[in-house]
Amino acid sequence: MFIVGVTGVLTRRNAIIVFMSVELMLNSANLTLVAFSSYMGNSVGQLFVFFVMTVAAAEAAVGLAIIIALFRNKLTLNIDEVNILKW
Amino acid sequence: MSLELILFILFAFIAAVSAVIMITRSNPVISALFLVLNFAALAGLYLLLNAQFIAVVQVIVYAGAIMVLFLFVIMLLKPEKEKFFSSHPQVKVLAIAIAVLVFLQLVYMIFLSKPLASVNPTVAASVKAGTIEQIGRELYTNYILPFEAAGYLLLAATIGALVLAKKKFE
Repeated sequence: MFIVGVTGVLTRRNAIIVFMSVELMLNSANLTLVAFSSYMGNSVGQLFVFFVMTVAAAEAAVGLAIIIALFRNKLTLNIDEVNILKW
Repeated sequence: MSLELILFILFAFIAAVSAVIMITRSNPVISALFLVLNFAALAGLYLLLNAQFIAVVQVIVYAGAIMVLFLFVIMLLKPEKEKFFSSHPQVKVLAIAIAVLVFLQLVYMIFLSKPLASVNPTVAASVKAGTIEQIGRELYTNYILPFEAAGYLLLAATIGALVLAKKKFE
């Protein structure tokens, strides 16, 4: 699933889909953490998953706000056309 | 085969397939819906791994809040039809190379690493670790500082999102 997420980030050109792929990668990492936490009988891993979810929620909110601002300025979601950071 | 194992394989299969479908659809709405399916399957997996609290949080936060946000933005922006690998053909090669590399790395880690010898998992300990009681106790004693930091992070994200999405005053 992590690999699918990586592939999604690297191949898709739609900013929203790239975003969803990032969520996919975060979730696969969460799954590993929960699996090991359950395997070791230790709840610290699940705590960490909790924090990862917090960060993911914050990241999704800010990222989608950036996408909206970007769309308002450039009227596109194709990340190849967004090159304002290019020098 | 026990019911637990069957359910585990079923949920894992749903998660993997829906992930693949998600990144191959060209319509973002369908992608988002398959992502919801993926999250639901993950919540089922968490339940099977005795992580009740995380399973519930997964459904509420991801399948609820984050996906509503995504669908809202998709509806708001009405994305045009996109094409794969639009302008740079060399990006495709690079992307596939990186994906294969990371995949090989993971395979190496999974199959060639030694499992921890000192772990003796018991089902009771694992069930106890997943309860809200245990997680809450850890959260409010040993991990109080990260907890507060997460609160501030969410506040900062809320304000940041508002500032970014707000129309500029001229």
